[in-house]
Amino acid sequence: MLTFLAKRILQLIPTLFFVSVLIFSLQQLLPGDPALIMAGEDRDPAVIEQIRKQYRLDQPIPVQYVFWVKGVLSGDLGESMRNKQKVLDLVLQKLPVTMQLASMAIIIALSIGITAGVISAVYKDTPWDYAANVFALWGLSTPNFWLGIMLIFLFSVQLGWLPPSGYVPLTEDWRQSLATTIMPAFVLGNAIAAVLMRHTRSAMLQALNSDYVRTARAKGLLERSVILKHAMRNALTPVITLGALEFGTLLSGAVLTEQIFTIPGFGKLIIDAVFNRDYAVVQGVVLVTATTYITLNLLADVLYVLVNPRLRA
Amino acid sequence: MKAMRLAAAAALVALSCGTAAAQSHLRIGLAEDPDVLDPTLARTYVGRIVFASICDKLFDIDAKLNVIPQLALSNETSEDGKTVTIKLRPNVKFHDGEKFDAEAAKFSLERHLTMQGSFRKPELAAIDTIEVADPLTIKLHLKTPFSPLIAQLTDRAGMMVSPKAAKEAGDRFGLKPVCAGPYKFVERVQQDRIVVEKFADYWDKDKLHIDRITYLPIVDSTVRLANLSSGGLDLIERLNATDMAAVKADSKLKLNELPDLSYFGLTINLANGDKAKNPLGQNAKVRQALELAIDREALNQVVFNGEFVPGNQWVSPTNAYYQKSIPIPKRDVAKAKALIKEAGVQTPISIDFMVPQGAENKAVSEVVQAMAAEAGFDLKIRVAEFATSLKAAEQGDYQMYFIGWSGRTDPDGNIYIFEKTKAPQNVTGFSNPDVDKALDDARLTSDQAKRKAIYETAAKILLTEDPILYLYHRKVLIAQTTRVDGFVPVPDGLVRVVGLRLK
Repeated sequence: MLTFLAKRILQLIPTLFFVSVLIFSLQQLLPGDPALIMAGEDRDPAVIEQIRKQYRLDQPIPVQYVFWVKGVLSGDLGESMRNKQKVLDLVLQKLPVTMQLASMAIIIALSIGITAGVISAVYKDTPWDYAANVFALWGLSTPNFWLGIMLIFLFSVQLGWLPPSGYVPLTEDWRQSLATTIMPAFVLGNAIAAVLMRHTRSAMLQALNSDYVRTARAKGLLERSVILKHAMRNALTPVITLGALEFGTLLSGAVLTEQIFTIPGFGKLIIDAVFNRDYAVVQGVVLVTATTYITLNLLADVLYVLVNPRLRA
Repeated sequence: MKAMRLAAAAALVALSCGTAAAQSHLRIGLAEDPDVLDPTLARTYVGRIVFASICDKLFDIDAKLNVIPQLALSNETSEDGKTVTIKLRPNVKFHDGEKFDAEAAKFSLERHLTMQGSFRKPELAAIDTIEVADPLTIKLHLKTPFSPLIAQLTDRAGMMVSPKAAKEAGDRFGLKPVCAGPYKFVERVQQDRIVVEKFADYWDKDKLHIDRITYLPIVDSTVRLANLSSGGLDLIERLNATDMAAVKADSKLKLNELPDLSYFGLTINLANGDKAKNPLGQNAKVRQALELAIDREALNQVVFNGEFVPGNQWVSPTNAYYQKSIPIPKRDVAKAKALIKEAGVQTPISIDFMVPQGAENKAVSEVVQAMAAEAGFDLKIRVAEFATSLKAAEQGDYQMYFIGWSGRTDPDGNIYIFEKTKAPQNVTGFSNPDVDKALDDARLTSDQAKRKAIYETAAKILLTEDPILYLYHRKVLIAQTTRVDGFVPVPDGLVRVVGLRLK
């Protein structure tokens, strides 16, 4: 087991190296000049020159890369050109926000998606099934920004129940915090719920037609127990995997939704940084998300091995 | 029963006390997240809105663009125009309790002039040395006379920072700015909020009626307005022109509007690289034909419901420096066609028309495209992301570019850097010695009538040569709930918070 772990961790190094080179070089392909954007409307040539020097934009790209990696290795992700804040501080500031939003969204997605999926499989070809399918189609085809704005109009402007945008940390006031995040979480969860529903439905249909379910029914078990204990357990494995993948995506930030509800998470941070050509921030955020992804992947591999010793080669 | 009544009365008293003691809190919706809050290093427009509450300036402007005193009391320029004496306001304190005096003013100006990465350096470039004449007087010795200087001091270049705090914080000063404005910086969460609170020792503290202000950047204009309608915000800046009707129809909301300092127009590549080699870039007659093909009033009606201000100069028709002798030309397609014929150019004239992303930009350029087509122009719209378009313009990778300028208080700020030969933002490549001389001369005198006459010489050439075809000027559009009282819009669009009340 230890050799396996050591091997996998060693493999991480070239992967991360590759990722870092990719992040750095892809970003250089962005058209536009960061110094020009930084210089603002007035764009004085002397000022632009100074910015280039200050942020080493006048150096060749490999040199810039080496300086960046040196910083990263010593725990310094650089500072934002736009507002002088440390990138690491920015990431740490946004991480809890994105975590909260992603967790709430995935809880909503799982509860709606699995329930709807199971119902539509069990009541196949009944109005329940059709209703669930219509819901799934709606969830998949409704753009996030549209649903978001509609929710704001209904619940904030018309009914006045929820704040239309903004964010309050959980630690500050948990009720306000839930009130500010429930709409964006629903928008995000809704789309994922639709995907989960489709998967749950087909997995459930397969399970309900399998031999062991027929056996369970033949034994005279209650239908409820057949569905919940026998069929659903087996059907849920691929759904949970899918849910976990979706969660990973949510953690990298939800650009549009965060923009509409003005949730200061990763998505908003990175989109603003891209438009302002704030390279250090883009690099820092992408590196952190990529590392999280890779680490989660590693954890999953380790878990698989723990469950299935045959994989330890 | 009596006990119950007493209890009820007590509860009422307690409630009313609660209201009286409650802090008044103003929430302002911004269109973007500001950049660093250091007056020396800041460069965004939106940042200036926040500075309006944190950092007082030597001078300010009023709704009619007159310069009025703020931290300074008066200014006087010497005969030769090379010495500006500024008297400072006594008994002013910075947020950290430090005294504001001539030494502090000198420090702030020198910081703007010398700090690494300073965006104020070009604005104050005319200053040679700064002398402390007495504890409340400074003298600015200039390299050459420079009449727009006082106007520069009405913006960030005139903001005073606490020397003690600035020395301690270095280039991190912007993370926790310490100035002498009516409100003190409290906290900032990037892309989420900036909070400031009333400064008890403000020099004009009797006019501060609000305890706390929170600035919330909300990029989507529909959502910004939804926040205002639902009471989540009290005031929003830069309302969409298309939302004006909705605000006017809502009895709980009030719209503040007045022409701003901006201009929007068509920048034409005359001599910036090979792309300039086309009939539009090479022949002034073709450019005049394009101007005659455009109906500015119709453009304003179609795209902005007639709410903006059509214009043909770098300042709007309401500005004191507008040249009334050169009015907006009427649309005349026949004359446009005749001019093209006179120029000996084959139609259709195909032009690469670069337009920065955005619904409004796209709408304007499509209307221009349709109008120009009638005179024989084939404008090929190329939508580019903003940062990309700036770079392309600088490199001359365009033939015509739809772009605007947010505008400056002094007319010099709307023209010099665009039209002077080889000036920083002269991306058209335009060069004319008479225009250069006029632009330089206008900087030497402070007399408005004289300056206007000098600018007329430049205008006559510029508006015939047409390196930039000015189309329209926006309006300051600030929407507020009726709870907010005492707001006065100023052409720079900033939200001045002194004197504001919440009902």
